[in-house]
Amino acid sequence: MIDPVLLFEQLFNGVQYGILLFLLAAGLTLVFGIMDMMNLAHGSLYMVGAYIAATVTLATNSFLIGIFLALPATLLIGVLLEVVILRHLYDRGHLDQVLATFGMILFFNELVRLIWGPAGIEVPLPNILNQSLTLFSIPLPVYRIVVIGVGLLIAAFLYILVVKTRTGMLIRAGASNREMIGALGVDIKVVFTLVFGLGAALAALAGVMAGPIFAATIGMGENILIQVLVVIVIGGIGSIRGAFVGALLIGVIEILGRSFLDDFFKLFLPVNAAETAAPAAASMLIYILMAAVLFFRPQGLFPARSG
Amino acid sequence: MVEALLNIENLRKSFGGVLATDDLSLSVETGKIHAVIGPNGAGKTTMVSQISGALRPDSGRIVFNGEDITRFPPPTRSLRGIARTFQITSIFHEFTALENVSLAAQAHDGHSFRFWQPAKEEDGLTEPAKEALELVGLEDRAQVLACNLSHGENRQLEIAMALVTQPKLLLLDEPMAGMGADESKKMVAILNGLKGEHTILLIEHDMDAVFALADQITVLVYGSAIASGLPEDIRLNPEVRAAYLGDEE
Amino acid sequence: MKVNRETIVCVLIFLLLAMVPAIAALTDVPFYLDLARRMMILAIGALSLNLIMGYGGMISFGHAVFIGIGAYTVGICAEHEIVSGYIQWPLALIISAMFAVVFGAISLRTRGVYFIMITLALAQMMYFLGVSLDRYGGDDGLPLAEPSNFSGLIDLSEKTSLYYLVFGLLIFCLWICQRMVNSRFGMAIQGARSNEERMQAIGFPTFRYKLTAFVIAGAMAGLAGALLANHTDFVNPDMMHWTRSGDLIIMVLLGGMGSLSGPIVGALVFILLEEALSGITEYWQLIFGPFLILVVLFARGGLLGFLEKARELKPSLDRDNG
Repeated sequence: MIDPVLLFEQLFNGVQYGILLFLLAAGLTLVFGIMDMMNLAHGSLYMVGAYIAATVTLATNSFLIGIFLALPATLLIGVLLEVVILRHLYDRGHLDQVLATFGMILFFNELVRLIWGPAGIEVPLPNILNQSLTLFSIPLPVYRIVVIGVGLLIAAFLYILVVKTRTGMLIRAGASNREMIGALGVDIKVVFTLVFGLGAALAALAGVMAGPIFAATIGMGENILIQVLVVIVIGGIGSIRGAFVGALLIGVIEILGRSFLDDFFKLFLPVNAAETAAPAAASMLIYILMAAVLFFRPQGLFPARSG
Repeated sequence: MVEALLNIENLRKSFGGVLATDDLSLSVETGKIHAVIGPNGAGKTTMVSQISGALRPDSGRIVFNGEDITRFPPPTRSLRGIARTFQITSIFHEFTALENVSLAAQAHDGHSFRFWQPAKEEDGLTEPAKEALELVGLEDRAQVLACNLSHGENRQLEIAMALVTQPKLLLLDEPMAGMGADESKKMVAILNGLKGEHTILLIEHDMDAVFALADQITVLVYGSAIASGLPEDIRLNPEVRAAYLGDEE
Repeated sequence: MKVNRETIVCVLIFLLLAMVPAIAALTDVPFYLDLARRMMILAIGALSLNLIMGYGGMISFGHAVFIGIGAYTVGICAEHEIVSGYIQWPLALIISAMFAVVFGAISLRTRGVYFIMITLALAQMMYFLGVSLDRYGGDDGLPLAEPSNFSGLIDLSEKTSLYYLVFGLLIFCLWICQRMVNSRFGMAIQGARSNEERMQAIGFPTFRYKLTAFVIAGAMAGLAGALLANHTDFVNPDMMHWTRSGDLIIMVLLGGMGSLSGPIVGALVFILLEEALSGITEYWQLIFGPFLILVVLFARGGLLGFLEKARELKPSLDRDNG
């Protein structure tokens, strides 16, 4: 009944979407876990990365230059934000952090609208990336394969960084005990800025890669941010592993739900009811999953902090 | 034969790789002051937290007043008659001393689904609260915000909050922590006054206070009891001297 | 009743609000009436949020969802030709409360950052649900077939009638909040905000009280929603969007958290700022965003607190535990 080719394609798209979610979730969960900070403006960095990449690509006709300029530029903006505003919020309660970063979202959305106008920017792909590879007679867009590849590389890099290196040890220790880090003689401010920078870089990378798929649009940060939050809640705050598992889970469920829920409903509902209920139910799927996970494990699947 | 009000049986609790409570068994007789002493890190607060319900033991039983309370959550245990004070002062900073104690009284006066009458005007809550404050010597400071009380007064407030609930068992976790000589003397006097009427499990480092107050002493080292008995026996016990008391007195 | 700066400001605001219809008629600017009415409706929403956030310490980033649910209840009823306000409005309260029970039961199992994120996620889920309901307008929203009918009592198609009903309900809600906050229940949730572990240790099963507060706040917001539907003659999913919840939080903050009438002051300032800034430039959020950041960084007690501090020159000591 369900076309297996379509199923595999959407599964593939789900994994690719999950990878984007992972890049955003990894940075955000580190910032939550280590600095205990609620940064809603994470999505804004994603958006800025997409817009800068789009503009430079169109101006120079080279996607590569677009990437190589957008990444450091967005990273710089992120670090600037941290130094000027965000670091003063680490000691404040979550409410203050939420409000201040909310203010940043308003500012960035409006700034983007001022500079680039209300309509989004479509990002054209260079020809090599704009093709399809046929695997077992299933056409798969090359670009999306690249995105997945990059994502997996980053996941591996983060794994090695956090688990095998001294920096990673500091990060993990920081996630469970901030005072200890200070006592070890490490300048905590530097660690925080580095962690934030890492998060900003990941957000920028996600934005740059998302551009050609979703187009750079105002408010794209918030739309994906909510899902990123669901990923983190499910995966557990502070946990890269949790972010990875959660992101792939959410990505796949989201995409498959949208594509196939109406077919699924048609198995036991009249066609009309299935077609009205499906979009509504599809949009609720990941939240239902979140509620279910929380019911059994309020700390998420792989909590990095105990207590 | 005096009944044991509280019986801890083979309690075990570990955190990751650390065994904080190691097959601990202990009995507290009704009407007595039972002191628990031991070096830092011996697991005294962990033990108290398991009795109060803030922590769940990995295995073992806690029997209170003939009832197995091992699975009960903290509010239920409090309502059964177990009152606890905290080693690190834990009070309601934005409330006055009187409000802090009234709140404890409120918890034990039926449910709080009352939405209309101002709680401050309920004599049924404020009168017992004032009495409890008097017992610990804080009656003049009733209207002072808890965050403006001195450290010693905070420790007294903790006791008042425990007393107002008319508990059967008082779990006092280092009530004299951080107190000077005078304040400690006051506290010992207060605790002496509670003897007989209340059953107390007392954790303390202040050895003068312990030997002045305790009817029974248990020595906790690395999560298990290495000795338990009358104060004179404990004082002379060679293992205890080696592990903790040293050769003082 | 204590007469302090807060009470005076509150009374002044109410006097001003009472006169607005007259002022609007005299100056022939009906817009004033609209603006003030919207402000009062949002103030009711902010009051309800302050109950759980300011007094209960529960930072809900999805509170606007209950306003939306209340509004949609009225809208959907009207769509199905149930136009009697006597049925619609109690239904709006009940349905908001029911959603609050479910959302609260899920969210209150968590604390801190998790709680904020879950309330945000649940609210956004409802937003998407609203968008996908084509039967009720979907993204475009649903015009209100006709105003809620309170036959015999009041005619809501009359602008000033609705205005004074909202005015009366605002005062009523403020009164309810005042009673609740000082009652045993109020003490219980304030205690839970102050030190939840201690509350449990002295014998309070805190979950049930927090959930009850959450439900009461949800119902009050639902009432605001029913009023909003009649105010705009229109319901749309945007009413439930998380940025609307953000607006409510801003109002509570601007007015000073944990002060009874603060949300009303906050709503007033918010609406006035929004109007003033959008008059200056189309890109007013460019100014509002940084303004918000500055308020957070420097004016911790909100505007009421700011007034107190300016008078007494006391340094800001407040630390919030999120």
